[in-house]
Amino acid sequence: MSQLQEMEKRLADGQREYVLDVKTQDMEINMGPQHPATHGVLRVVLTADGEVLTSATPYVGYIHRCAEKIGESVDYKMFLPYTDRYDYLAAMNNNVGYCLAVEKAGGIEVPPRATWLRMIICELNRIGSHLIAFGTYGLDLGAFTPFLYGFREREWVMSLFEKLCGARLTYSYAYPGGVINDAPEGWLDELLRFCDVFDKKYQEYDALLTRNKIFIERTRNVGIVTKDQALRYGWTGPSLRASGVRFDVRESQPYLFYDQISFDVPIGRGEMGTTGDCWDRYYVRMLEMLQCTRMLRQCVERIQADTTPGEFLTKLKNYRITPGEAYVGIDNPRGELGHYVVADGKDVAYRIKIRGPSFCNLSILPEILPGAMLADAVAIIGSMDIVLGEVDR
Amino acid sequence: MNFDEIADRIEELHQGAVQARVGEPAKDPYLRISSESLVEVMRTLHADRDLAFELLISVTGMDWSTWTPKMPRVKKGDEPLPEPESPVSRYEVVYHLLSVSQNHRLVIKVACADDERPAQPTLTGIYPAADWLERETWDLMGIDFQGHPDLRRILCAEDWVGHPLRKDYEFPTEYHGISAE
Repeated sequence: MSQLQEMEKRLADGQREYVLDVKTQDMEINMGPQHPATHGVLRVVLTADGEVLTSATPYVGYIHRCAEKIGESVDYKMFLPYTDRYDYLAAMNNNVGYCLAVEKAGGIEVPPRATWLRMIICELNRIGSHLIAFGTYGLDLGAFTPFLYGFREREWVMSLFEKLCGARLTYSYAYPGGVINDAPEGWLDELLRFCDVFDKKYQEYDALLTRNKIFIERTRNVGIVTKDQALRYGWTGPSLRASGVRFDVRESQPYLFYDQISFDVPIGRGEMGTTGDCWDRYYVRMLEMLQCTRMLRQCVERIQADTTPGEFLTKLKNYRITPGEAYVGIDNPRGELGHYVVADGKDVAYRIKIRGPSFCNLSILPEILPGAMLADAVAIIGSMDIVLGEVDR
Repeated sequence: MNFDEIADRIEELHQGAVQARVGEPAKDPYLRISSESLVEVMRTLHADRDLAFELLISVTGMDWSTWTPKMPRVKKGDEPLPEPESPVSRYEVVYHLLSVSQNHRLVIKVACADDERPAQPTLTGIYPAADWLERETWDLMGIDFQGHPDLRRILCAEDWVGHPLRKDYEFPTEYHGISAE
C-alpha cells in the first residue's frame, strides 16, 4: 500500500489529521554556460531548497584568451585592437584606458583636441553601453519592448562611431599619443542633435521600464548589496554607487579633462525599496545616461572654442617606453578599468595587467545569491551588468 | 593623504615592515613590504581611519626573470633618466589599493622568497575581493596564496598544465588531441 493510499484509507476511517512524511532534497540546477540571461558564457551552479537558493558557485573562463600574455608578446600599438575585445560593449573606453596607461608610463603628450575627442567617445560609448544594460535587463525580466527602443538610439551611437573610425564594435580609435583621425565635418553637430533627441527619448525609457509596476516589483528589495559588502568585494562604478557610495574616478581623481566640466554623480537612494537593490543599480545607470549628454554638450562647446582642427595626434618616432611602471584606472561603464603597464625600454611591454571591473563585481555572487528566490537569480545577475569578455579576458 | 604621509604612518605603526620606499620620480610610488608582515600591514591599511583603504583594486603577479631594462640614450649635457629599482626576487606580488572615503591610492609590493615555489599569505580574511584575484594570480602566474579557502584555477581549464604568464612558460602543442600548432 502506497503512502497516498494509506492516507486516503485513514481519512476514510474518520481520522481528521494526517502528516505525510515528505522527504525534501536540495536540487542542483545548472545555469549556463549557454543561457540567454547570463549575458555571455557564464556558468553558475545553483543549489535550491524549494524556491530558495542555498548556494551559488560561478564558473568563468570559457572565453579566456590570456590578453595579458598577448600584451607582452606584441608591441604597444599592436595590442590596441585586443583592448577592444575584453569589454566589447565599451571598446572606446578600453582604448582610452590603455592609451592613458601607456602615455603615463612613456610620458607621451596628447594634444588637447585629442583629449576632448577622447572624452566625447568615452561618454558616447557609455550611453551605448548603458542602453544595452537597460535593454537586456528588461529582456531578462520578460519585457521585450524596451530592448527595441534602446537599440533604436544605440544604432545612432553606432553610426556616429562608424563615421568617426569606420568600425561599429571594435573601434581602436584612441591611439597612444592621441586619436587616429579627427572628427569628420559636421560630426560634432550631429552629435549635438543626437543629444537633444536622446534626452527626449529618455522619457520613453522611463515610462516603459523605470516606472513600470511589474518591473519595480521584480527588482525592488531584490539582491540588496550593502555599502559594506560592495566595498569588501571590490565593487566599483555604477554598481558601487548604487549601494550608496559616492565615488567616481572622473569626479574624485579626474583624468582627461573631467575636472573642467560639470556633472553630477548619481548614487542609489533606495527610492523604491532598499539602497543597493536591483532597481537602484538599474536606475543609477539610467541617470548616468542623462549626465553623459550633459557632458557631451560641454565637450563639444569646448572643443569648438579651444582647439585647432587637425591637431589630434602626437606623432612619435618610436614607441619605446622608458623603463618604469604606471597604473591608470578609469571609470568604465562597468566600473574601474585598470591597466598596469611595466615597461623595460623596448617597444613591447614587459607586463600588462588588466583589472576588469566585471571580474571583481561578479565575485560577489556566492555571497548575495543564497537566500534569494530562484527566479531572482536572473534579476540579480542582470542588474550587475557584466560582460563576460572582460571577466575572462 | 599623500604617499609620504601614508608611508610615514605605516613605518610608525609597523616598525621594520617596510623594506623599501620608492617615491618620486617613480610615476606610481610604492612601498615594499616584507612577506611576514603583509597581513598585519594590510589589516592596518584597511582598518585605520585615516588610511581607510576599503578597496583592493587588483593583485598582480610579476615574474622578473627576463628583466633587462634598456634606458633611452640621452643627449649630451642632459641628465640621464633614473633607472627603476632592480628586482629583488624572481616573483613578486603587487597590490593596488584604493580608499573611496579618503580618496587616495597606494601600491604595495611584496617579494616571494622562494623561486621554486613562490608563495604569499592570503588576504581573503581582510578583503573578500582577494578570493578571485588571488585565484587568478595562482592560475596565471603560479603564486601560491597560503590559507586561501579555495585556491584552484579560475580562467584556464582545470587540467591545464603550467602557468601562462611565467616567462619560461612553454606553449602546449596539443590539448585533448586538438593540435595547437
